[in-house]
Order: sequence, then structure tokens, then C-alpha cells
Amino acid sequence: MTLPTRTECIGKIVRIAGSMISASGMHGVAMGEVLRVGKAGLLGEVIRIDGDTVDAQVFEDTQGMFLGEPVVPTGTPLSVELGPGLLGGTFDGIQRPLSSLQKQSGDFISRGLTAPALDRSSRWLFTPTAQNGQEVTGGDILGTVPEKHFVHRILVPPKVKGVVREIAPKGEYGVDDVIAVLDGGVELRMLQVWPIKEPRPILKKLPVDRPFLTGQRVLDCLFPIALGGTAIVPGGFGTGKTVVEQTLAKYCNADIIVYIGCGERGNEMADVLDEFPHLKDPKTGGPLMDRTILVVNTSNMPVAARDASVYTGVAIAEYYRDQGYDVALMADSTSRWAEALREIASRLEEMPGEEGYPTYLAARIAAFYERSGRVECLETVREGEPPRCGSLTIVGAVSPAGGDYSEPVTQTSLRVAGALWALDATLAYRRHYPAVNWNRSYTLYLKELEEWFSTHAPAGWTERRRALVELLQRDAELQEVVQLVGPDALQDAQRLVLETARLVREVFLQQNAFSDADAYSSLPKTSGLLEAVLAFYQAAREALEKGMVLSDILRLPLREDIARLRDVSREKFEEARAEVMKRLEHQFSNLVTQRSE
Amino acid sequence: MTNPSIQSSDLLEREYWDVQYISGPLVFLRTGSRFPTGAILELQTADGVVRHGQVLEVSQHHAVVQVLEGTQGLDVKTTTVSLQKEAARLGVSRGILGRRFNGVGAPIDGMPAPVPDAEVDIMGAAINPVSRDKPSDFIETGISAIDGMNTLVRGQKLPIFAGAGLPANEVAALIVQQAGTKNDTEEFVVVFGAMGLTEREAAFFLKSFDSGGRGNRVVAFINKANDPAIERLFAPRCALTAAEYLAFELGYHVLVILTDMTNYCDALRQISSAREEIPGRRGYPGYMYTDLSTIYERAGRIRGKKGSVTQVPILTMPDDDMTHPIPDLTGYITEGQIVLSRGLHRQGVFPPVDILPCLSRLMNNGIGEGRTRADHRQLANQLYASYAHGRDIRRLMSIVGEEALGELDRKYLAFARAFEQQMIHQGESRRTIEETLDLGWRLLSLIPKEELTRINKDLIDRYYCEIMEDGVRSPFLKEQSL
Repeated sequence: MTLPTRTECIGKIVRIAGSMISASGMHGVAMGEVLRVGKAGLLGEVIRIDGDTVDAQVFEDTQGMFLGEPVVPTGTPLSVELGPGLLGGTFDGIQRPLSSLQKQSGDFISRGLTAPALDRSSRWLFTPTAQNGQEVTGGDILGTVPEKHFVHRILVPPKVKGVVREIAPKGEYGVDDVIAVLDGGVELRMLQVWPIKEPRPILKKLPVDRPFLTGQRVLDCLFPIALGGTAIVPGGFGTGKTVVEQTLAKYCNADIIVYIGCGERGNEMADVLDEFPHLKDPKTGGPLMDRTILVVNTSNMPVAARDASVYTGVAIAEYYRDQGYDVALMADSTSRWAEALREIASRLEEMPGEEGYPTYLAARIAAFYERSGRVECLETVREGEPPRCGSLTIVGAVSPAGGDYSEPVTQTSLRVAGALWALDATLAYRRHYPAVNWNRSYTLYLKELEEWFSTHAPAGWTERRRALVELLQRDAELQEVVQLVGPDALQDAQRLVLETARLVREVFLQQNAFSDADAYSSLPKTSGLLEAVLAFYQAAREALEKGMVLSDILRLPLREDIARLRDVSREKFEEARAEVMKRLEHQFSNLVTQRSE
Repeated sequence: MTNPSIQSSDLLEREYWDVQYISGPLVFLRTGSRFPTGAILELQTADGVVRHGQVLEVSQHHAVVQVLEGTQGLDVKTTTVSLQKEAARLGVSRGILGRRFNGVGAPIDGMPAPVPDAEVDIMGAAINPVSRDKPSDFIETGISAIDGMNTLVRGQKLPIFAGAGLPANEVAALIVQQAGTKNDTEEFVVVFGAMGLTEREAAFFLKSFDSGGRGNRVVAFINKANDPAIERLFAPRCALTAAEYLAFELGYHVLVILTDMTNYCDALRQISSAREEIPGRRGYPGYMYTDLSTIYERAGRIRGKKGSVTQVPILTMPDDDMTHPIPDLTGYITEGQIVLSRGLHRQGVFPPVDILPCLSRLMNNGIGEGRTRADHRQLANQLYASYAHGRDIRRLMSIVGEEALGELDRKYLAFARAFEQQMIHQGESRRTIEETLDLGWRLLSLIPKEELTRINKDLIDRYYCEIMEDGVRSPFLKEQSL
């Protein structure tokens, strides 16, 4: 970011404590204002004001700084640059492109670097759609620019309105070239700047009605969320939060993905950067990286920038939503953000709330998740024209200390999120991935999505889902009994429930993220697989009623056949499934005949 | 990192009588305007006591200094303070190989300090995520529980979670002795960072390094149990600074052993409580996650550079509790964990690795066709799933008795037992990855083929049958006459 400076209230550092500094002589600066701290010019943000002394969190390491060094206010709150050129980019928490930092300081990040988020030298082919003399308000489209595989709509910034006096003709422009002038001389560029902590305005929120499909059977079938919805993914370490977030980023049906790596591992980001350019976006056919924006603040990067990274990500996501896209935001992990808040609060010597977290934690988390939603985008409403709609889905990972969900971050997140995808260590221990605990997870979007699934999903979807839920419920009850009396004490019909539930766990709920055929499961495949399992259950039940013995049924090689269906590719799946169903029918009828002979 | 404003030699020589308040490991100076944060100071009393300290916090009213060697003997009347270095730095060069240092980088092997090629800030800087290269080179440690089930790759950080009395040091020493891929042991070096190690443990490690013939390829930074606790905060950072230099400047593949991280965290807690900070869980400071990450994240590979830094930190879980803040926060930062089990140790299994809670997040990058073997991933998954099931049945058996179990359940029970006694247990012997994988297949033959739903049909045809037809049966099975 290139920032103006306000010379009239330059202050001096009077205290340095970790990532926090105090400066005096700063009468007139505002809460949230960005400061340039010290001779090195580190970025900071005002978080408390006491007369002419301010406390600020600094987004870089303060080591080596002296008291008395200057602090220069910039007059602007922490903001992001929005415009073409964000897609495919990798930024740090305060939106500096990591590749420019690499050019400036090599493989290790040094301090006091600045780099504009959007490359000023890139040229973009602008095609105007607004006309001279047209009255425009915030959110109206001035023109379009092709960006990767997307149409990037250049919008009038919110809060601006007027009559277009002159719009640039079709041609190539840089992001800070003037592309339109409004009456009164207001100049509009492709680049706009937006304060990250302020939600971008919309016309109104709409009810959600389409699912956020993930290609993960356990999520799509049992716990679906809506485009514009929210979900949290809590789990102790090693339960696969990051793999879930990355899998969603790969396969979900949103147009654009903003992935925030907040206080997590550097090697994980290396993984994404290595893998995503080679994967194909199922929607556009281009590289997956082209629909992805990474905001990365690894755990060893400065703590204060973790707070910024979450807001930077959500502001960028809102910007693409405002263009009419379905955007999904993955935040991994929100607990690290909460810990950053705790650390800053403790340096400010604020009265701590539960487990040392600040008392405003719940409010911050709620405000973050509430930036999601399906919306009618801000624009001039015209009779007869369909409104431009976009959505922002937020999936936040939570890292509860000791895997204990009763801790404050999980609990406050649960109160605002629309779904819980609870990851379970015991499932992860047996390499059951995704380790989503089906007894503990829930979704609140079932009702809203019912209509979509009954019209768009394969026939019988809702009934099959219900049968599955019942079966799993029954299994959970029986497991308790088994723990007391052992499996042999059960009747055959009950043991069949256990065996089928085991099949469901192994074949349906589990999914191999590293297998090409199984990593993504389309709705027809999900439905077909479930149908096969339930058909087995049904046939076995009927056989039992006809007096067959369970051990004979279990000896049939059917369960293995069904299990192998998982690894059949999407194209061949229907054929293979029909084959298995035929065999199933055949073998059960054989069994019955043998018995009667 | 250097602040040009404080280079003047004038500043380095000047002394101040500034000490106002001394408490625990901390000294408070009357004014904070003279020194930058992070600076290393020298404190000297009239009767010649010399201590060193680092500036933690400065304000108009005071500067907070943590004293490395302890505050015993310092007074407010005669103690003078002078600036020694503007930041904690370590001199590095090729000459550090084979040397022994204390926690703050001073030689303790009786030889003079090596001539440094560079003076590096031990706090380090974050590797730019876009500069990182994906770790994908398999390291063969010769230990089946690691190679087969939780593969270690170059550039990974994989801690060992132990309990008091469990042989974590022996496991680490075994890794040091055996690790490496066969063709490049030349470029392989070990950096050893010890925090609060007892004399006996330190002697064990140094002896094991020497006996492995790797003595001159080891750099050790040793803070013993009776050394100043505050130096424990510096030892891992010195070790990693040396490791980064050896890896990214000189091109070595560096394995860093850090032991014991629990002592490090306790030192961190000590400073935090002396600063009267609001304590987090179990009294550890709220920023412990961030602090630990500045150690653990200093592992990895960099694009275009030859070397790598692989970390194997060791920590002791107080009361074997994995939800204790130290293992918990460590697990959230590191790329997996190797957990030792008291139960297996009692049964004489070595290494006593409790594989169920173990994990290697980077395993997939390092295994498979061309790296280890095509069946590795699926075989490991199947072994995991079957062993977990076997353990469930063992628990069930302890409640309902063996009579209530079915035939299949008994097979799983036998598998779990054989897995522990043969796969996990291997004593001091070294197994190649092929030996480990073949053993895995042999053990799987204890359970029916139809149960192997985690493995492709092709692979089962290729491996399961092969071994059965060879008639290879493990001695254990004969004993059990199964």
C-alpha cells in the first residue's frame, strides 16, 4: 500500500512491548488509523487512545527499536486494494504480495518492506458498459475486464454517485488509470480501496436456497450447508482440519475461493502453491489456482497481522461477491486469530474474560461470520431487470485446545455458525478421513435446501438420506449395548445393523482425498453408492426374515464388491453400480434357493 | 535487522548505573530510552560479578531485562549496565561442525570459538511461504513404526511425545545413527539443541553421536539441567540458526534434535510469571503457541537451495497427558507426532511407539511409486484401520471376555498382538523400507482378504497372494498355532 502521511501529528514511541507500542504526541489520530512506526516505517494500527498517547499493534517484528523513534499517522484505516489482478495471488496478512516481498528481501521476510497489492504495470483490457450521461450509484458496473477465466466487473465504489461525464473507450489500462469521470470531477479507476473492518454494503440479504456442494459424501449427504452459509470445522491436532479446508477449496462449487492461512504452517502453504496450479477448476477448466486467492500469515509471522489477515480475506471475498459471484472463504484457523486478539488484549492489560480471551471475542467472531450470506448486490435498482446476486460462504477451522470443545472459541463460533462439522480424533487414529463425527455434527440448512435436493439431486435422495440417518442412529444405540454384553449376545437382525453401519463407515462416510477416483464424489455417485449399501441392507433383512443365518449372508462377497465401487471413476460408475446391484440380487436369490433345497 | 543508529562504538563502551529493581530472573532499569528491544546487555557489579541479559520491553519508566545467568549477586547500588550487542547473535561458519557449545553459543569443549563467517540474529526471520519448496524426500530411519506408518521427509518437523521414563532419547539417538538416504550421508549433519538436559542424558547423546562415527558431523548446543534456566530460551534458537546456516548457505541436509521442549516451555513460563503477565492454561503464557512456532517453523526446504532443515523435537508429556498445553500446542504446529506408549514399553517393545495417535502429515509427499513403493500408502492405511479395530476388540474383550468374541474378532485380536510384537518391536535392528512393507503384508495375512477394503484389488493380487504362496509365516504365528 502506498499511504499518505499526516505530518501535523507525528508522535514518538514511549513504550515497546512485543508487537505493541505506545506513542505520545499524537493528538487527533483515529481509532483504527494506520501508523508508520519507527525509522523502519513498520505498519501499525491504533487500538487505544488516551489523550495524545495511543497504543498501536504493529504488523511486523519490533525488535531493535528505540524509544523516541517517530510514529507517523497516515490518516486512513487499514484497507485493501481491490481491482483486477487479485486472482491467483498470494498475499500476506496486510495484503503485500509475497512474491514482491521475495524479490525485495529474498527467501526470508525482512521488516519494513512495502509493496502494492496490485501490480501497477499490468495492463487490462477494459470494455465499457456504462454510457456517458448515465446516472450511476455505488455498485453499478462501469465496464468489464477479463481476469483469468472470469469476467471482472469494474464497479462504482460504494458511497459514490453521480452522472458519468466521460467513460474511457475500450482499450488497455493500468489499475490506476482513470476510466471514468463523474460530474463534479470525481475520477474513478479500476483500483478501489476499502477499509477491511467495514463490511461492504449490499442491497439486501436473501434467503439461502442452493447447496454449497463439496464432493465429500459425508458433508453433501448428511450435513450440507448452503451457498452463503457458514460452517465451522473444529478438531484437535491431526484430525484433518487443513485437509478438509483444502479439499473444499479444490472441489466446492463456488466460483472463487479465498483461502486464509492464519497462524498455520508454512509447509502447508507450500503444498497449496505446489498443487493448485496443476489442478483443474471443474467449472472453467483452467488451473485451480486461477480461481483462488491466498492470504497467508504463517504462525511465525507477526501476531498482529493474523487479525488483519482475516479481515483482508473477507474484504477481498466481498468484493468478488459484489460482482455477482459465489465466493467461498476458508479460514484456517480462526483459533489462531482469537489467540492473537488475546495476546494483544493482554499487552493492553485489559480485564480478561474466559481463559484469558478478551470479552469482545464473541462479538468479533459473530461479526466475522455475519459477513457471509447470499445477497442482492449493491446497484441501482431498475424495473424489469433481474437483480445481480452473489454469495459468500464461510468455512472456519477451529483448533480447540486439547481437543476440548468447551473452550471459548469453539463455543462462541458454534453460536453463530450454521453447521458444525465436528472432527474426531478417534476416527483420525484409524485413518477414517474425513474424520467427521456423524453423531456430533449438525447442519441448520436442511429445510432451506430440501427443495433444491428434491428437484436437482438424483431421485430418492431425501428418502435415502433419512434411511441412512436412522441406520446410524440405531448403530449408535447398539454400540452401547455391545460395550456391555459383547456382539455375540445380539440377535442377527441387530448384528446386521452393526455390520451394515460398518459398511457405511468404510465405504460411504470415508473418502480418500489422495485417490483420483474417490477424492471428489458427485451427487449421482454419492447417491448411487448409498443406494447400493441400502440395497444390501434391505436384501439382507428380507433374507433374515425368510430364516437365513447372518453368517451365511456375510460370507457373500458382496460387501467387498460394494466397497470397490468407491474407487470406480465417475464415467464408469453407473455401469459398475448396475453390475453390483445385479450381482446382489442374484446372490441373495441363490442363497434363498440353496436354503430351501 | 541491523539498526544503523546504534552502531557507534561510543554507545557500546558507555556504562550506566541504572538498576532499580531486581526480581527473579528480571532486572528493571530506570529508563528504557538507552537500549533497543532485543539488545544484549552486560551487567557488572563492583565485586566483579558479570552477567548478561536481553532487553524484553522498554518504556519511559523502565526497561525490563531478562538475565541469562540468574540474578544472584546483582545489586542496585554498584551494578553497571553496558550494551554488548544490539541483538542476540551467533557466529557461524563451517568450523562449528564437530563442536560443543553452551545454550548461548559459547564453546564448552575447551577449544577457542570458531572464527565466524557471519554473525546471525538468532531470532531468525520467517521463510517467505512462496519461497518454500514442498518437502518430499523420504528419510529412511530404519524404524518400521516411522518409515512404514509415519514416514519422515526432509524439511519436516516431527516431534517425539514421550512420558517420563520412556526411552525417547534412545529413539532419537537411533534415528540419528540410522537416518539418511544411502547415497548422501556425506552431506548429512546433525544439530543437537539440549535444554535442561541432565548430565547423564547429555553424556548418553554425546557418546551415541561419537559411536555412530558422526561425531565430527554434529554441532551441539547444550544447556544442562544445572545451567541457567533462561539460557534454555536461547539454546534452540542458536541450534536452529546454526542449522539454517549449514542448510541454506552450505547446502547440508540438517537433522535438528531438540530436547527437551518441556524444559524450554517451563523457562518461558518462568519469565512470563516474573513479568506478571496474565497466565493462560496451566500458568503457561498465552503467547506460547506463537513463541513455539518461531522455533518449529524454522524447518523446511527452500526453492533452488540444496540443503534442508528437518526437526525432531522431543518433549515429555507431564503425566503422559497429551492434552497438556505443551504437547497440545506443539501438535498444532508440527507436521505430525510420534507418541511413545508406556504400555508397550512395559511389555519390552522397542521402540515403544503407540502408532494410533501418531501422524506424519507430509507422509504422502514422500511415499509411493518411485519414492518408496506403490503399495505403501494403502498398506499403511489398512494396517492402521485393522490395528485400530483389533485394539477396539481387545478393549471389548476385557469387558465381555474372550468367549463372547466371534471367529473374525479373534483374528483381529491376533493381528493386533502380532503387529505390536513384530512390526513395532524391532529392538536396535535396522529395517529397510522394503523389509518393513513386506512384513506389513505378512501380518495382514492373519485377517481374511475380504477385510482389506483399504487396498486396491490389483495391489492385493500382487502382494497378498505372493507372500502367502511363498508359505512365509512368522515365527510368532507358529507359537500361537493359528
